[in-house]
Amino acid sequence: MEIIKSQHDLSDIKMTGKNLFEKVWEKHAVAELPTGQTQLFIGLHLIHEVTSPQAFQMLRERGLSVKHPENTFATIDHIIPTEDQQRPYKDKLAELMAESLDKNTKENNIKFFNTDSGKQGVVHIIGPELGLTQPGMTICCGDSHTSTHGAFGSISFGIGTSQVRDVLATQCLAMTKLKVRRIEVNGELQNGVYPKDVILHIIKTLGVNGGIGYAYEFAGNVFDNMTMEERMTVCNMSIEGGARCGYVNPDQTTYDYIKNREYAPKENDFEEAVKYWKSIASDTDAHYDDIIKINGSEIVPTVTWGITPGQGIGISENLPSIDSFKESDKKTVEKAYEYMDLVPGESIIGTKIDVAFIGSCTNGRISDFREAAKIINGKKVAENVRAIAVPGSQQVDKMAKEEGLDKIFIDSGFEWRKAGCSMCLAMNPDKLKGREISASTSNRNFIGRQGSPTGRTILMSPAMVGAAAINGKIIDIREVL
Amino acid sequence: MTIKKITQISGSAIPVKGNDIDTDRIIPARYLKEITFEKMGNYAFHDERFDVDENKKIHPFNDEKYNGASILIVNKNFGCGSSREHAPQSIMRFGINAIIGESFAEIFAGNCTMLGIPLLIGNEEQINELMEFTINNPKENIEINIINKTIKYENKTIQLDMNPSSQNALVEGTWDSVSLMLNNEEKIEIVEKNLPYLNEFK
Repeated sequence: MEIIKSQHDLSDIKMTGKNLFEKVWEKHAVAELPTGQTQLFIGLHLIHEVTSPQAFQMLRERGLSVKHPENTFATIDHIIPTEDQQRPYKDKLAELMAESLDKNTKENNIKFFNTDSGKQGVVHIIGPELGLTQPGMTICCGDSHTSTHGAFGSISFGIGTSQVRDVLATQCLAMTKLKVRRIEVNGELQNGVYPKDVILHIIKTLGVNGGIGYAYEFAGNVFDNMTMEERMTVCNMSIEGGARCGYVNPDQTTYDYIKNREYAPKENDFEEAVKYWKSIASDTDAHYDDIIKINGSEIVPTVTWGITPGQGIGISENLPSIDSFKESDKKTVEKAYEYMDLVPGESIIGTKIDVAFIGSCTNGRISDFREAAKIINGKKVAENVRAIAVPGSQQVDKMAKEEGLDKIFIDSGFEWRKAGCSMCLAMNPDKLKGREISASTSNRNFIGRQGSPTGRTILMSPAMVGAAAINGKIIDIREVL
Repeated sequence: MTIKKITQISGSAIPVKGNDIDTDRIIPARYLKEITFEKMGNYAFHDERFDVDENKKIHPFNDEKYNGASILIVNKNFGCGSSREHAPQSIMRFGINAIIGESFAEIFAGNCTMLGIPLLIGNEEQINELMEFTINNPKENIEINIINKTIKYENKTIQLDMNPSSQNALVEGTWDSVSLMLNNEEKIEIVEKNLPYLNEFK
């Protein structure tokens, strides 16, 4: 990795252009607030059942109404069961959340993609697939993985519930401008290295707090060559590196993806839209606060071993010794080893798993299921492994069924579920039990994250989870490709 | 709506050691299934404080010597992970009015400002010293001065840091951002008129 600290290190050429973040920020800046923050206009507001009911309650208490219901869209994803979605839900608290969202969206004329729409799904999957997510927008949602939408060249970030209230009431947020770090990854990715490995590698390299105060611009031929779904996987996990938002500059891949989607600009408007989208891309002489260069050909399949997404290793490396960490990090590392019950110096290959989970806003898209299907096709999930595949949306589910992917999963011993967040955060019936270890395509390996206070999570790509499910243990995907 | 100015906070402190303490540790996701924040104070650090049979584990939030503490002391990257406001809500409703630490995750910090919880930042040495002091003197008061960004304990005054806009918002009583932003109705309209995607790209 090469770090270029600022433009002063870049040679004598003066970098006077603007990056995408600056351009989009300027277009949306309403005013400077007395606090010194910027009042930023929000073009698209996505809401879901968990972080919005309290915000609607705050509006009611203050006699405020929703300023732009037409720019607000709702879905239900966190608490929805993925087996039986019949209402009322068995879990009374979940049912109450669903009822609140029904009521709040009806009362405020907000479009709600509920299960009867055929378009329900994880909020960060349906925004792009409906064409709501577009370049040059500001997008927010009461969910930290809103950074996903940055794949389209938008400024997109997660917010808390009081901020959801602010956006509902004013269509604006009080924000401090972020610095911008360009992360260039060039080179040819090895066979068996997927976007998930690229982002896990970046987080492990820069640390889970490396991105605090920054927006990440992902650039270089590795991202240029990615499909939109692959770029979404990368941007999704920006927040795991501490960066509140991450983006890729829009290009032909972006425009082709958006064209003809339900909420995409139509006909003549589309041409005009592309002009706008091109105009907000970073200038070739754009200024950055710093630039990091990573050699893409050196990235290997990467998995986490600890309790933060930054505690990752290349699959062929041995688990790091505690002494290799900074003094101030040693306590966290010791805790991680104790919790995971892993031993420094050993290989993570061969670690037995109990659960395989493919889904979530990180890896619950059609291409993720296609990749995993290639690995499991015609094989059987190992005995004692509980394997579940959860499409990120009803539309992903439909596509998968049309392609016969669901059959491949079911025949191999996976359960094929209905759309939802499922075991990524276990606010629904899908949970780890006791000390179970899960090979998971989700985004967080925090203590207790997958629903059991003592459960363990190892993050990896969908292909790696597929291979772990078949073998009952973690293997190096490159051995079976 | 009148919003109070927050310039000084005084109280005993409670240390929670460790870097990268994430929002799932502050409040596990299963406690988010409520449509109000009312009961969140009961769930602060739940799985760190109680085992699966609800027996108490060793944790500062269970330690009687810290009863009544209103200032939380933490290390690096506190509050990383989810955007859930439930995390600072649970800490606030447990009785914490201010947090002092080495660094805070971005969304968590923003949520704290929205709730009027000051976050003060110190270096590793300052924080470790403060933690040791509170462990040995759990009933001693720490005085936080938001205007000067200082804390006072054991007859010494320590200079800390704060995010300037959060500090300003608390000191001036302007941390209720919704009122501030509603004042700019006309300016919002100007931005709306100039955004291509809100105007059919014309």
